[in-house]
Formats: sequence, C-alpha cells, structure tokens
Amino acid sequence: MINSPKTPPLVHLKGISKHFGEGDTRVDALKTVNMEVYAGQVVGLLGPSGSGKTTLLNLIGCILEPSEGWISLDGEVVYDNRWMRSNLRQLRLEKIGFIFQFHNLLPFLNSIDNVALILNLAGYSAAKAHHRALELLEYLEVGNRKHAYPAQLSGGEAQRVAIARALANRPRIILADEPTAALDSERAGIVMDLLRKVASEQNAAILAVTHDEKIYDHFDHMFHLRDGNLENNNL
Amino acid sequence: MNLAYRDIRHHWGRFLLTCFGLSLLLGVVLSMIGIYRGLVEDALTLVRAPGVDVWVVEAGTRGPFAEASRIPGDTREAIARLDGVLATGSVTYQALEAYFKGQKKRLYIVGHELNRPGGPREIWHGRPLARSHYEMVADQSSGLKPGDQMMLGRHMFTVVGLTKGQVSSSGDPVVYISLKDSQKLQFELAPPAARREIARGSGTGAIDTVNAVVSRISDNITAERVAQSVRRWKHLAAETQAGQEIILTRSVVERARKQIGLFTSLLLIVSSVIIALIIYTMTMDKLREIATLKLIGASDRTIIGLIVQQALAMGIIGFSFGAFLIYNIKDYFPRRVILQPEDGLALAGAVILVCILASGLGVRLALKVDPAAALGG
Repeated sequence: MINSPKTPPLVHLKGISKHFGEGDTRVDALKTVNMEVYAGQVVGLLGPSGSGKTTLLNLIGCILEPSEGWISLDGEVVYDNRWMRSNLRQLRLEKIGFIFQFHNLLPFLNSIDNVALILNLAGYSAAKAHHRALELLEYLEVGNRKHAYPAQLSGGEAQRVAIARALANRPRIILADEPTAALDSERAGIVMDLLRKVASEQNAAILAVTHDEKIYDHFDHMFHLRDGNLENNNL
Repeated sequence: MNLAYRDIRHHWGRFLLTCFGLSLLLGVVLSMIGIYRGLVEDALTLVRAPGVDVWVVEAGTRGPFAEASRIPGDTREAIARLDGVLATGSVTYQALEAYFKGQKKRLYIVGHELNRPGGPREIWHGRPLARSHYEMVADQSSGLKPGDQMMLGRHMFTVVGLTKGQVSSSGDPVVYISLKDSQKLQFELAPPAARREIARGSGTGAIDTVNAVVSRISDNITAERVAQSVRRWKHLAAETQAGQEIILTRSVVERARKQIGLFTSLLLIVSSVIIALIIYTMTMDKLREIATLKLIGASDRTIIGLIVQQALAMGIIGFSFGAFLIYNIKDYFPRRVILQPEDGLALAGAVILVCILASGLGVRLALKVDPAAALGG
C-alpha cells in the first residue's frame, strides 16, 4: 500500500497556480504546481523562506483559494477552478488533520478534551468522543497525561497530543507545518517516527513543511519549492 | 463540550475579577435607579402621611411643598363647614437646622393640631404627642430616641415617639410638633426683633398663620368637588390629594428625577462600552485559538457561541454580584434606596441585551480571523 502508484493519490494537484495582487503588484506565489501524495507516504515540503511552502499548504488545506488548477483530496475533487463544496470547514473536518509548529492545543482544554473536541465537532457523542480520544492518547503513549493542560505538558508530549487531535476524526491526509521546529533532535526523531507509524498503520498521507534538516531522513519523498516552482522531485 | 464554560473555568480568577469590576458598575446603575425610586417615595411619603383628601393653600400658589403658602389659622373652621368635609386640620412645614449633642441635624418640621388630620399616620415606637407644647415625634432616621431632648428655636423639646420612613423630598427626617409650637418656631420674632417692631409701632404681628389646611371628606362626595367649592374663595387655592402628589413628583422632584435618569442612562452607556471592550479584549486574547478552531473545522456557530455565552455569563454574574452587593448595603446610603423587583428585572434584561449587542464587536473580530493564522510561528 505504501507509496503505491496503483492506488489513486490521496493528495493530487494539477496545474495549481496562485498569485497575489494584479498588474505591477502581482506576485506569483505558485506557478503551475503538480503533486501527488499517496497513502502511507510521509512527504517533506522543503524550500527557502518565501518559496511558497505555506501557500501550498494553505491551498491543500482548503484555507486559500488557488488562482487556477485542480485539486483532489482522498478521491474527491474539491477544486476545479472553483471550490466544489461550499462548506470548506466541514471538508477539512472530514478529510484533513493539521499538526502545527507550536502544537496549537487549546489552552483551556486538557489533553483528552483537546482530542475529543474534533470528534464533538464531527457530531460524536461525548462518551464516544472521550473513548476514541483516550484510545489515541494511549496509542501515542501519552494516555497518562490525559488530564494535563497544554501548559503542563512538555514540548514532545504536547506535540503527541496535537498528533492525536489531528488523527481523531480518522482523516487520511495529515498536513504538518514545521512539526519538529520546537523540539530537540531526540524528540523530533520520536515525533517523525510516530508520523511514520501513523502513515503506515492508518494508511494516511502525511505532508510536512519543514526546514529541519535532521528529519530529512524520515521522509519517503521530498518536494522542493523555489520561487513558486516545484522542482527536484527526488524520491 | 461547552467551550465558553471550559475557557471560563480555566481562567476563573481573571474572569471573576472582571465580573466583580462589572458588578460594581452595574451595582451603581441599580443603586441610581433605587435612589430615584427612593426620591419619589420620600416625596410622596410626606404628602401621604396625613391621609387626607383635599389640601387648601394660599391663592395663586401650589403650596405647601412646591411653593410657600400662608393662610390665616381660622381657615380650618371655614373649610370644616363645607359640605362633605369630615375632619380638618391646620399644618405648617418648615426645614430647620438644629444641634443635638453638638452635631448639626437638618430636620423637616411638621406642625399639626393634636387629634386632627396632619400628624403622623403611625407611631413606630413610643407615643404620639399628648401635650400641646414642647413634645416632638421624630423619624428614626434622625438618630433621636424617645427621651432625647433637643433645642428647636428657643425652646427645649422632648422626643416622645418615633416614626419610620418619614423624610422630606430632600431626605431630611421629619419631626412632628404641635401647631402652636411650630407657629412660634416659624413666625414668632426673636425678642430683639420683636422689640424693634414694637418701637416702630407695627406690633409683633399675628402668628396664627398656617401653611395649609388639610381635610378628609365623606365617601359621598368627590375631592375635586370640595376643592372646587374652596376655589370659589378668592384668597384660597385647593388641590386634591392626587393633584398634590402630581405636583410633588412632577414639580418638586422633577429636576432631581431627570438628573438621576440622565445619570443612569449615561452609566448604562458606559457599562455597554465597557462590556464591549472587555469582550473585544477577551476575543483578542483568543485569536490564535479561534484560528485553530476554524482550521480544524469548527463552525461559525461554535465560535459565536464561545463569545456570546461568555459575554452573557459575564453580564449575568456581574449583574447578580452587583444586585447582591447593593441589596446588602442599600441601608447605609445617606438617602433611601428602594430596590423594586421589576426594576431589577428590567436592568437584568437590559444587561443581557447589552451583552448580546456588545459581543457583536468580538464576534465580528472572530469571524474575520483567517484560519491560516493558526499556521506558522
């Protein structure tokens, strides 16, 4: 299943462009980007600052509208020169899990509630949501910290809880924005190993934006962005 | 999962402190309404005390409270003979400053005829006046007790009884004395002035003058009909009890009423602005969390709920604290504060409305938050 071109890609971009402004002020952030990420893959998105990494992540995350192109997520065409769904938040809730640079856990919820929140938003009952949240925390080996608030967690623990939250609604696409930037080498390695485990066991595609060279070894594939062009597609 | 409740629970100290600050403000609003009610009630207490139907005063005046009025003391006998009049009494009213145990007291002196209308309706403690000289019944708010003695004018008076809640429209405690004593107090000249008047040949002048004559009438006749009969005498004017109450509330305390009303409105506006600013600031503090919520798929309804529910909780807790506080300290105010349930409910409703409207600013800010703000450092 891993990295198999025989199955349709979970993330499929064709001819995606994005520009900001018009005329003299026009900036082409992305120029005709094509991308395919398959189930089970952990993929890195690299590039210098201003190369368009965050813009691309925002487009795949249905946060930003492309100027033109075609996007399919988990087998559903979501953009074909226009959004195919009106409720993009529901789309994100169903299909995409997000992992942030600084975990972005809600400070007023404890670990289990941070994970259960996604399930509540998806319409799960409180009991089911808590059961699933606990299951995920234990899977990521932070079950013993279920009642701890984010401020009481170490960086590594907080990031594990954030990964549990990203997985809560069983999305098949996980977008990670600098997931190891706030961690030391050892914890960064642990987090990447966890993402690898998630990708293979949950049959998910993980796309991580990073500058962190020490985790390059953990990627199946790396996309390099330079001046809005996707290049150096090394596998 | 109620996010508003969770957020409040996590920052309960800060939230309660904010609510406490708001409660002081809302307490002031509530106390202003209570002071207004007290002002009207105080004004009406004095006019309702004699329990009469018709007030007879000097022609061309709206006395004895709104304007000065002087009529001859024998007017009572003329009024008593009118058809339908059951009982009449002469009364005088005057504000006075006197000293008791070295402390200055402002009092509102009511002179009345013993066993005739015009005196206190009820004695709370002690007994009513029994002698025609040098006894007084004071309101308990004066701080006097039965047996206390006090100089009024040139004579020493003894407190024989107490009333409760009897104050003038300016909040001064009412003191009842006999009509003769009050006439001396009000109209009798000091000895040097009297000697000077005698030397001038004008005499000391009659002191059998009163400020008003009050009368109770039979059920078979209307107060307005008796008042019309009185108005036929050119030197007198008459007002029914209802008319006198209107004069007091619409004339004597009108300016104070408007002042308090305006001040209350300003306080409500200030409260609204403060609530709006607090909610805006609370929303500003949560922009990253709101962006994260939007990014992970929370609906606008969830985010609006978070803000509006917190605003309502703040308003309700703030109002409850404020009402509790004012209810418990209202008796320590220098003026009477009357808290009526309907006023409390109206203010609670206004606070809820203000909270909903004020949270609009925070909601607007939250809805403009870009979910992409959750990404990046």
